[in-house]
Amino acid sequence: MAVIKLSESKVQFIKGVCKSFNNEGGEVINVLHKVQGEFGYLSAEVQELVAKELNIPVAKVYGIVSFYSFFTMTPKGLHPISVCLGTACYVRGAEKVLDELKRQLGIQVGGTTPDGKFSLNCLRCVAACGLAPVLMVGDKVYGSMTPDKVKEVLAEYND
Amino acid sequence: MASYKYHILVCGGTGCHSSQSNVIAERLNEIIADKHLENDVKVVASGCFGFCEKGPIVKIMPDNTFYVGVKPEDADIIIAEHIIKGRKVEKLLYVDPDTKKHISDSKHMGFYQKQMRIALRNCGFIDPENIEESIARGAYEGLGKVLSDMTPAECINVVKQSGLRGRGGAGFPTGLKWELCAKNSADQKYVVCNADEGDPGAFMDRSIMEGDPHSIVEAMAICGYSIGATKGLVYIRAEYPLAIKRLQIAISQAREYGLLGKDILGSGFDFDIELRYGAGAFVCGEETALIHSMEGKRGEPTFKPPFPAVSGYLAKPTNVNNVETFANVPIIITKGAEWFASIGSEKSKGTKVFALAGQINNVGLIEVPMGTTLRDIIFEIGGGIKNGREFKAVQTGGPSGGCLTKKHLDTPIDYDSLVAAGSMMGSGGMVVMDETSCMVAIAKFYLEFTCEESCGKCSPCRIGNKRMYEILDKITKGKGKMEDLEELRNLASVIKDTALCGLGQTSPNPVLSTLDNFWDEYVEHVVDHKCRAGVCKSLMRYEIDPIKCIGCGACSRVCPQDAISGEKKMAHSIDTAKCIKCGACYEKCKFGAISIK
Ligand SMILES: Cc1cc2nc3c(=O)[nH]c(=O)nc-3n(C[C@H](O)[C@H](O)[C@H](O)COP(=O)(O)O)c2cc1C
Repeated sequence: MAVIKLSESKVQFIKGVCKSFNNEGGEVINVLHKVQGEFGYLSAEVQELVAKELNIPVAKVYGIVSFYSFFTMTPKGLHPISVCLGTACYVRGAEKVLDELKRQLGIQVGGTTPDGKFSLNCLRCVAACGLAPVLMVGDKVYGSMTPDKVKEVLAEYND
Repeated sequence: MASYKYHILVCGGTGCHSSQSNVIAERLNEIIADKHLENDVKVVASGCFGFCEKGPIVKIMPDNTFYVGVKPEDADIIIAEHIIKGRKVEKLLYVDPDTKKHISDSKHMGFYQKQMRIALRNCGFIDPENIEESIARGAYEGLGKVLSDMTPAECINVVKQSGLRGRGGAGFPTGLKWELCAKNSADQKYVVCNADEGDPGAFMDRSIMEGDPHSIVEAMAICGYSIGATKGLVYIRAEYPLAIKRLQIAISQAREYGLLGKDILGSGFDFDIELRYGAGAFVCGEETALIHSMEGKRGEPTFKPPFPAVSGYLAKPTNVNNVETFANVPIIITKGAEWFASIGSEKSKGTKVFALAGQINNVGLIEVPMGTTLRDIIFEIGGGIKNGREFKAVQTGGPSGGCLTKKHLDTPIDYDSLVAAGSMMGSGGMVVMDETSCMVAIAKFYLEFTCEESCGKCSPCRIGNKRMYEILDKITKGKGKMEDLEELRNLASVIKDTALCGLGQTSPNPVLSTLDNFWDEYVEHVVDHKCRAGVCKSLMRYEIDPIKCIGCGACSRVCPQDAISGEKKMAHSIDTAKCIKCGACYEKCKFGAISIK
């Protein structure tokens, strides 16, 4: 096992979460939800520590992190952008909005801009189909998107 | 609700919330405080009203006034006119698109007239965070009746007689499922509510949990009593924070009121509910995968039998039902099996909730009696196709379903007719498409989804779907051959027959149904290298008609590639080598001068 380079406070946080679930291996998904909620992503070191605390193989933890799309191993940008690619948004032109975002940000889906400001992801349905196509920046929903509105939306976050 | 003169219900569903309905509620409360109306008026963040297209929606009780498209700044006029002077605010009323008349009561709107609300009976009528409002509308009556007057077997019998079938997709008879689980004796059994709702473009279950969480709590307790389980688990998507919060509140209020926990209503029956969170995997909606996920494993499905009723969560007998299925149960108990069985069609009883979306005028959440035709849903309730375009197809059943066409419009909606038509009921996503949708691209869209969501355990699904996707990709790029269409059918039939779980067994459906119903469009892509909808980029070219173009320059200003040039007031032209086919110019041109070739 690699030497754990996490800060002491993070180590304590993870240990505390594991303990609150009685260090039970079966609770690993709940533990990972809590830990990702705090840190934003699940680094290799974090996974190793969770595995150790729950007394299960790291491979099992990694298997879960890589299986579920909610879990991520890379930090998101300061303003994470998610484009809804649910069917309702798709038939109303979400792909064109996504293409325009990729072009303006110069990144692909799953990427983060070099300055760490924006990251780009897709999600499936935010239940705002009346506003399709929609995208989210952080928790804020932008509805009735078109490629030419992309610039305005990004400008709100460029100060 | 009696002590207030007015209740102002502000839709707190996700769609309206995204258009600032929370700000409207805050603003209303500020004005109410300002004018010292706190004792007369109460603002409630309700569940979804369903008419998302016209959101945010504000409804005023007791006079049932239904305001649409409300903005935060409208709060002032609502209080000043409606509440204080008792006059309706005309500019916020719904305008009937045909008669152009203002309509104030939702009962008279085309969108609501053909609907019938059973599962959604309380959504939009109560404050979902207040158990007393739910109880005032009949919540927990069913549980009370079951615990005081009925044996578990009698209870199962009522559910069986009602004809209720699972709303999660497959349509298995609910009473029969309960009976199978009740028969297996074990020291511990479980009731599981499947709230994973993975179909992209569907939000029925979410709206029920956000708008009427007590119906789920009550139904799970009734199920627990019937099958002999004392523990309930709700497997809910982590992406549904509002639904999670409302369920948590409902569960803790039910505990406070002695409607969950030990010795419920003094009957000696114990039952409690916990939440388990999904983590974004479509396959976890499949019940065996869901159970593994709850056990803290990768959500991979396993072969059935054994069914969960025999060996489910922690290898104990487990009854899994969908959210909407559960939402129907309490009212079946209180109103009786005959009442429920009198609604719907011969083999599909009751109603079904659909998330109606896509290129349709009235996007929203609807509930209709089984047996209603697609035509009624799309043209009466849905108000027809957006922008006066032609109807092309309707997709039901999500990634497991198919695309139906004009010739299916008179198909009654029920489990069996939809399957016979080449689609399926699914959980309730219904996406309407017009001529701007390419059916080959739609098939590819679903396959891409399946490839991403395939868990990889069985090879027909993992590899077969990938091969199908590659063929579709080739066709949309104009590189397909006629043999490929044959190959698609071969692959589809092998995958259907050999995949391990429902995900793989149904994943070829979007391809098969489009091959059946839109064969010409496939052939056009392959033989003529043409995409009539103008969606497949490799197959199209934008052109400016020099006669229609007035040289306003709007197109060249939006072009991200500087591919459009021309003198002011003279016809412009597009440099096809530079064009990335984003379509921005096409959408911008007011003169119809740009066409897709
Ligand atoms: C790939 C796949 C995804 C599914 N997703 C869901 C879902 O999101 N919600 C749901 O209730 N049922 C889903 N099901 C159906 C469940 O396996 C199960 O049949 C259902 O929860 C049983 O409840 P019901 O009888 O009340 O419908 C899915 C099935 C498959 C094969």
